[in-house]
Amino acid sequence: MLMETGDDILVERALAGDADAFTDLVTRHYDLIYRLAFRMLGRQADAEDLTQDLCAALPGKLAGFRGEARFTTWLYRVTTNAALDRIRKRQNRTKAAHGWGELEQMNRATHSAQSDEIKWLHQAMEALSPDLRQTVALVLGEEQTHAQAARALDVSEGTISWRMSEVKKSLRAMAQIEASGQGADT
Amino acid sequence: MTDELNRLKAALRAQTPDPDPDAKARAIALAQKSFAARQGSADTARPIADRPENRAGIVTGVKTMFANFGLRPALLATSSLAVVGLGVVLILPMDDLSPGLPLGNLQEAKTKPIESDDAQRLLAEPVVVIEPEMMSQSEVQMEVARPQLSASAPAMEAPVAGLVLPKKTADSLIADKDDREQFANEAPNPLKITTESPVSTFSIDVDTASYAYIRSAIEGGDLPRAEAVRIEEMVNYFPYAYPSPDGDMPFSTSVSVFQTPWNADTKLIHIGIQGEKAAVADRPPLDLVFLIDTSGSMQNANKLPLLKQSFRLLLSRLTPQDKVSIVTYAGSSGVVLEPTAASEQGEILAALDRLEAGGSTAGQAGLQLAYAQAEKMQGDGRIGRVLLATDGDFNVGISEPEALKTYIAAKRDSGTYLSVLGFGRGNYNDALMQALAQNGNGTAAYIDTLSEAQKVLVDQVSGALFPIANDVKIQVEFNPAMIAEYRLIGYETRALAREDFNNDKVDAGDIGAGHTVTAIYEITPVGSPAIMSDALRYATTPAADGSDELGFLKLRYKEPGQSESRLMTTPIADSNSGTNEARFSAAIAGFGQLLQGGKYLGEWSYTDAIDLANTAKGDDTFGYRAEAITLMRLADSLSR
Repeated sequence: MLMETGDDILVERALAGDADAFTDLVTRHYDLIYRLAFRMLGRQADAEDLTQDLCAALPGKLAGFRGEARFTTWLYRVTTNAALDRIRKRQNRTKAAHGWGELEQMNRATHSAQSDEIKWLHQAMEALSPDLRQTVALVLGEEQTHAQAARALDVSEGTISWRMSEVKKSLRAMAQIEASGQGADT
Repeated sequence: MTDELNRLKAALRAQTPDPDPDAKARAIALAQKSFAARQGSADTARPIADRPENRAGIVTGVKTMFANFGLRPALLATSSLAVVGLGVVLILPMDDLSPGLPLGNLQEAKTKPIESDDAQRLLAEPVVVIEPEMMSQSEVQMEVARPQLSASAPAMEAPVAGLVLPKKTADSLIADKDDREQFANEAPNPLKITTESPVSTFSIDVDTASYAYIRSAIEGGDLPRAEAVRIEEMVNYFPYAYPSPDGDMPFSTSVSVFQTPWNADTKLIHIGIQGEKAAVADRPPLDLVFLIDTSGSMQNANKLPLLKQSFRLLLSRLTPQDKVSIVTYAGSSGVVLEPTAASEQGEILAALDRLEAGGSTAGQAGLQLAYAQAEKMQGDGRIGRVLLATDGDFNVGISEPEALKTYIAAKRDSGTYLSVLGFGRGNYNDALMQALAQNGNGTAAYIDTLSEAQKVLVDQVSGALFPIANDVKIQVEFNPAMIAEYRLIGYETRALAREDFNNDKVDAGDIGAGHTVTAIYEITPVGSPAIMSDALRYATTPAADGSDELGFLKLRYKEPGQSESRLMTTPIADSNSGTNEARFSAAIAGFGQLLQGGKYLGEWSYTDAIDLANTAKGDDTFGYRAEAITLMRLADSLSR
């Protein structure tokens, strides 16, 4: 059959020492890891950095993957948790804004609808706690159902739903401030 | 989804920059280096299996289970309720399961193809049923080993009381290598050269899970993965009318030899074992503990609801002397029904009806509780059995394999058996189910429809629940003067070392009342053009000793409750005696091999399998064989 070899088969081969299978696996999923990392960290350099670290750690981590979950589900968890960890460390190290929210300090020469949207996104993500960002990265970024996200993050489905409603609240609060702020401007 | 979330989603997806190809290349190169570095140490540190090499299938299955289970010796002493109740999960409305497909297209142009593919694939899946705990163990262990990459979901940071996180040593990390397969299977048995290894030894297998799984896959429009195919389980799925045992023997053995359907130059040796049929009325009273997985993933119609219906069927076949208890494991883990006489049907049914899926899987606590219930009921002449019904998510805790191995073996030896009933697809953990049942001396069956429940639980209720011979092992010595090459079809996960045959300490499969077990060898006679390997130049040709026997069949079994085995022997004479029963089993064996790729089948096709099965269908009272033929047809179309 002309089908892409399944992840689980690649994992199995990689665990048996097949370097090619491992390379295939990493190549196939690099983008996914990177995407998740970016959406949680908000900065390309950080995302690449974390992705590289994860790729390097993957041979060891793979041993912990038992095939009880989809490989991607497992990867979601490993990646978002590593990102979460990095965010927390970053917060401990320095209170200075990094990643999401950083844009505000950047020199914005252009003013367009698109840059407005970028600004909004940065504000929105910045306002979210790391846990909420993690959930957003899976539910909105990867279009995971609440149930799937719950599995990937090892929390209950209810927690995911609650988190998403928190996200909504945060966005609404932002919209209110925005609205009142605009009112003040004009 | 609301406007705010849509906006966030669109912006998030649009504003994610494409990965930098250079960074990607660097990361992959680094990963490769790291992989290569790891291989060096892994190879040398690999632990030796505690059983002969060729039983690796069993061992790995068992390891999977242990790895997933986790019992500390200290916990074994009590049925600790403290570890139960990991949390109550809110089950959300079903519309959450069909996420905003149309919303995904907003910024598709920005996303890479693999991204949308992935997302679509995930979305296209039927409800994926994997419990959140699936990875907690490995993850937690990884964190112990590598704090710098530690994950931090709060649930994982706070180990449940009583569960101890062992430090993962390099050894155990490597041992995990064998643990992650979902299907417990080995590569098909290779051809053996009689002069080199004249003896073949294996344990019988009365499981049927593989067949039901294959059926479910094929009916769903997919050919099963080759590793999901265990031929002996396909063959043994069907009841065969082998001669009944005489006298005191718990089972009869009949051997027939006939031409191989897929190769005119080889023959099949067909070994059929028929367990004594105990009249249901005469059987000892049963103490059944239903251990029911009520985790969230069980809520699908083909899981908990089907399970309830199945148990209703089973209840109708129990006698008033039988007792039933119900234990659930999940967020709501606990005893749902204290031991109750089977005659109190209303009470039992009401308890069944109260079951609801929800929560995470706490299998370990559930199992301990179930055994505790079984012990409450224990009495002279009664047979205790835990019937574990699950979709395969039996993963809790972290711990030491050996402790659990001892635990389950001890329970088995004290007379409580364990059978596993698998439900549902998408998450079915075959290796785990196998291992559980093999350790508990029970059967593993996979139930996907009510008619399958009828077969497993009702038609064979006496067999599955009432063992008549334990640790049944088969050893065949082939006569090198007559047979050049042979191979055992199936039983890969059941292979035993030659010396294990006479070692009563080595566990093997059990036969229940009325069970039939079939084993098939393909043999290549000396002088046949079908011989695959060339004769050796420097080896002496085996001298004919005047015997025209093809081989010698030896069978060991233990009477239930005995620790010493008894031996049965019978020479295998050449003949051409394939009955319909034997030929039908050969058709199924051929079907299984086709699904595995058909290495030894030559031009033999699904059409040939269908023809053979049709001519050998016999009475087929229950329609199982007709159903198999339909499956072959479906597989034929799917394979084109």
